[in-house]
Amino acid sequence: MAVDAPLTVEQASVRAAPPARPGRRGLTLLGVVPFFAFAVLFLLFPVGFLVVGSFQDSVTQAPTLQNYIDLSEPNIVLAYTSSIEISLVTAVLGGIFGFLLAYAVILGGLPRFLRSLLMTFSGVASNFAGVPLALAFTFTLGLQGLVTKLILNGLGIDLYSKSVGFSIYTKLGLELTYLYFQFPLMVLIVAPAIDGLKREWREASENLGGSSRQYWQHIALPILMPTLLGTVILLFGNSFGAQATAYQLTAGLVPLVTNLITAQISGDVFHNVNLGYALAMGMVVIMAISITGYSLLQRRSERWLR
Amino acid sequence: MTGPGAAIGPRAVETIPALQGGVAAARRRRPSGSRLFSWVIFIIGVLYFLVPLYATLEFSLRTKVPFAAYNNVLFKDKNFAGSLLYSGVIGVITIVVSLLIIVPTAYWVRLRLPRLRPYVEFVTLLPFVIPPLILVFGLLRAYASGPLALTGSELGLNALLVAAYTVLSFPYMYRSVDSGLQAIDIRTLTEAAQSMGAGWGRILLTVIFPNIRVALLSGSFLTLAIVIGEYTIASFLVRPAFGPYLALLGRDKAFEPAAVSIISFGLTWMAMGVIALLGRGSRTRIQVAGAR
Repeated sequence: MAVDAPLTVEQASVRAAPPARPGRRGLTLLGVVPFFAFAVLFLLFPVGFLVVGSFQDSVTQAPTLQNYIDLSEPNIVLAYTSSIEISLVTAVLGGIFGFLLAYAVILGGLPRFLRSLLMTFSGVASNFAGVPLALAFTFTLGLQGLVTKLILNGLGIDLYSKSVGFSIYTKLGLELTYLYFQFPLMVLIVAPAIDGLKREWREASENLGGSSRQYWQHIALPILMPTLLGTVILLFGNSFGAQATAYQLTAGLVPLVTNLITAQISGDVFHNVNLGYALAMGMVVIMAISITGYSLLQRRSERWLR
Repeated sequence: MTGPGAAIGPRAVETIPALQGGVAAARRRRPSGSRLFSWVIFIIGVLYFLVPLYATLEFSLRTKVPFAAYNNVLFKDKNFAGSLLYSGVIGVITIVVSLLIIVPTAYWVRLRLPRLRPYVEFVTLLPFVIPPLILVFGLLRAYASGPLALTGSELGLNALLVAAYTVLSFPYMYRSVDSGLQAIDIRTLTEAAQSMGAGWGRILLTVIFPNIRVALLSGSFLTLAIVIGEYTIASFLVRPAFGPYLALLGRDKAFEPAAVSIISFGLTWMAMGVIALLGRGSRTRIQVAGAR
């Protein structure tokens, strides 16, 4: 497959667009009907059902904002705050570590083959989520886990004793588990951006007497910043929307939005179906903000890194 | 730090290859402190990646009889093969449905309706905004009653599962197919086929599909990788899929879940390997399925 010149989207579509034949416009539109029909049936209609429901009273079906007001119930607020906390912690830590890792293999003077090794690892690890990942961390840091036993036998510290108080089935355990797919995702997205830093920029900086520190502080980091921030935001959404890992690991015991929604779908724990819809909408809004932030920053970063 | 600049300074008028040689040499002469830091970071990363895998492998081998857990799962547990087969079949159906929807759409948008591109792109990216949990919540409620009461029958639930997975595959499938279409001249190909009397179906099936087969395969394998391990949607639709099977096993058994986790890791690795192999030479990067 040969790409002779990297076309921009606009150029490509201009070249592909044939002269318009006004009389057949309706017929032309028919070509995208299956796609939009499918999306409406299995994406927009179900989600729209939740949207409409979230603005309805559960008994009278009258329009109301009460469901959104009820989101201020203590257990719901707690679920949102701990979901946001876990997502923030894993996004920031995963972002920093993923960036350092990508920097280390690309610019850090490590042998070149380690780079492709890391990229392959990252591709697999960022896709290795859900139930098997939760199980793997139970076998690592659970009560009978390998690392738990190593620490107990080697250092004499019982992680699960009252004084240490560690458990893989808690928020901290969940964060450690999420990091397993968070930092590889960062590596995958940031590596091409680091590659995009032009050698000339560094040379220019050094010719002007700039130190390595000045180069990073005034040139490289500002150029990478939209990518870094954008990816951290993406990692936030990535962790916020994860359900299977958390549910398997903590059996729904850690207060999380996904756990609350899971409970609500299975058995209307709020005794208010429509409150469940509002809960789901809150999640969609947060995801939408995060994805929008990511794509805006990504677009901005493309200005420099091409 | 001895950067590339120091090497160029006095000999800046030299030819380009020599200049690049100088830069490469300067890169190699990196202070050991910075390289040590890189090694430390790299080793931490590798440990983070490998320790949970090793722990799982070790746990799966703790049985009295060696490999008993693998033996039980692979040869005695009917549900293992059954659920894997079910997820595989659902995966293949999903891929077919997704290709049949996405390829003609992406092709048509590029050829005739470039103005609709932002809308199509927006819709294909919606699954990133709407997590599987919310999607299945909506599907369960929207199709519980009325003329389209699909949640009442096995067939209906299977159809909903395929529909949901097809939606989840949209972002990856559309991006693969669209970049595949960008690399070939669809307009000339289409006109050539038309001048020989081919209809739209024939053009798509015998001209477009074969020309973008690498893109199709890479999108398909990623879809398969997502579908095989998916838990959330399958469990809410009560389907006998691999994800829910593994979750149940994790609650009931001791060593078998470890064995199945290792097998499932191997499957992920294989799928990613095939995708990476397919992507060689083209500009497709390893793609990511998102959190579960």
